[in-house]
Amino acid sequence: MKLIVAVSKPFRLEDVREAVTAVGVQGLMVSEVKGYGRQSGHTEIYRGAEHVVNFVPKVKLVLVVPDAAAAPVIEALHASARTGKIGDGKNFVLPVEEAVRVRTGESGSEAL
Amino acid sequence: MRLLHKLTWAGAALLAAWPGFAQEAGTAVEVSEAAAEALPTMDKGDVAWMIMATILVLLMIVPGLALFYGGLVRAKNMLSVLMQCFVITCVMMILWVVYGYSLALNGGGALDPYIGGFSRLFLSGITTESMAATFSDGVVIPEYIFICFQMTFACITPALIVGGFAERMKFSAVILFCILWSTFVYMPIAHMVWYADGLLFQMGALDFAGGTVVHINAGIAALVGCIVLGPRIGYPREAMPPHSLVMTTIGAGLLWVGWFGFNAGSNLEANGGTTLAVINTFVATAGATLGWLAVEWSGKGHPSLLGAVSGAVAGLVAVTPAAGLVGPMGAIVLGALAGVVCYVFCSSVKHAFGYDDSLDVFGIHGVGGILGSIGTGILVSPALGGVGVDGYAMGHQVWVQAVAVLIAIVWCGVVSFVLYKVVDMLVGLRAAPETEREGLDLAEHGERAYVL
Repeated sequence: MKLIVAVSKPFRLEDVREAVTAVGVQGLMVSEVKGYGRQSGHTEIYRGAEHVVNFVPKVKLVLVVPDAAAAPVIEALHASARTGKIGDGKNFVLPVEEAVRVRTGESGSEAL
Repeated sequence: MRLLHKLTWAGAALLAAWPGFAQEAGTAVEVSEAAAEALPTMDKGDVAWMIMATILVLLMIVPGLALFYGGLVRAKNMLSVLMQCFVITCVMMILWVVYGYSLALNGGGALDPYIGGFSRLFLSGITTESMAATFSDGVVIPEYIFICFQMTFACITPALIVGGFAERMKFSAVILFCILWSTFVYMPIAHMVWYADGLLFQMGALDFAGGTVVHINAGIAALVGCIVLGPRIGYPREAMPPHSLVMTTIGAGLLWVGWFGFNAGSNLEANGGTTLAVINTFVATAGATLGWLAVEWSGKGHPSLLGAVSGAVAGLVAVTPAAGLVGPMGAIVLGALAGVVCYVFCSSVKHAFGYDDSLDVFGIHGVGGILGSIGTGILVSPALGGVGVDGYAMGHQVWVQAVAVLIAIVWCGVVSFVLYKVVDMLVGLRAAPETEREGLDLAEHGERAYVL
């Protein structure tokens, strides 16, 4: 199993959700986060005074998929989140040791 | 509020003898023309309008000014600003009826050019029969509503100062300072400008609704305050963006609406002159909003909402001394100019000097007030569409306006400085650093603005 952490622009969220659902993902977690990469924030202007805001709003998706599904999911994330402009985000893939469904006690890929 | 003089009645007998004051609704009273000229008239239309205007000025403070300022601070200090505006208003109301009205707008014996006396302490001698003069000969309004109208001005002026030292001053120090400041700065300046025997009134200085008394006064006190207190922790390295421009916009809208009471109410009657103040309060504000936006848009590339509402307030400030004196086209010019100049002040001059006038009280109220006061001297000219004043000469009038502004700046600047120092010695001005970091809401007031 793989854990995929995807950071994306907030307005892409719905497209991303549809895209990963289309390749078989049955659930995911999303949180609103702030951060910066090469984009390194944006400028806000209040009464003529410019403030550089380093941390810009992003959404972070966390999903766990069977090993075989990782590649198509990454592909779907890439295709749906991409705008081609700086700040599109990053995807990280990590190995997962175990997963347990609380209601039934199923474990491993069965629990996903 | 170019206060002329209060009518002093020989006694209640005269009033009782005159049917106009019997207030018997529905009773047709025939008063011969000769008698009407001889006796001052109270018009119910005027009275109704003045009650309305007075309440509108209260709306300017709570919640107008409170929300305007509240939205501009960080979320952790939201309540502190609302609280300061609200409580200052209440304290000033009590102060005003106990001794403020007496000192500001009544005779003062030997010191009459500077300050009134104690003849109206606790509103002594004032009854429902007492009348105050308006600007029309022989037209009076009840003194109670005159007192209340003036009271709201005494309330809003110290509340305006809050923006200068927002987010870092102790609540106890804020209240103590405002009590002292009102007594030693507001009341003398109001007396000098608006009382018939006052120094600046005698000089012929024009201040229709309080450009000098309210806005220059508050602006200077805020400037001195922010310098004496020093900048907020982290300023200007840390960004301190407004936490809710929505609140600020609601506040600005309420300020604009309330300002009709402030400016048009200052005519003390409901007549043609009042409507001039009304139209000027509309168009000067619009002109200032567009003026601010024009320079901001062309300079920074973004027309901002904060720019729009700040421009609106700058225009309202600038038209305050001019409201009933200049023509509508003059008001547009005055407003637009205020929008541009205040923008430059808030965006460039403040940063060049490095003082932390947190919510730009000086940049908007001080600068806008000075501009408005001087501009009134020019635009009151009948040649420029103004109403004119007796024996008007532009050069002389501008000179008089400038001297009045300067006297107010020096008096307010020096006395405010001393009062800040006195308050610092008595209770300490600044909140503790950990209080400031945590936010005044939780540390000073024990509550949070947003529990989500």
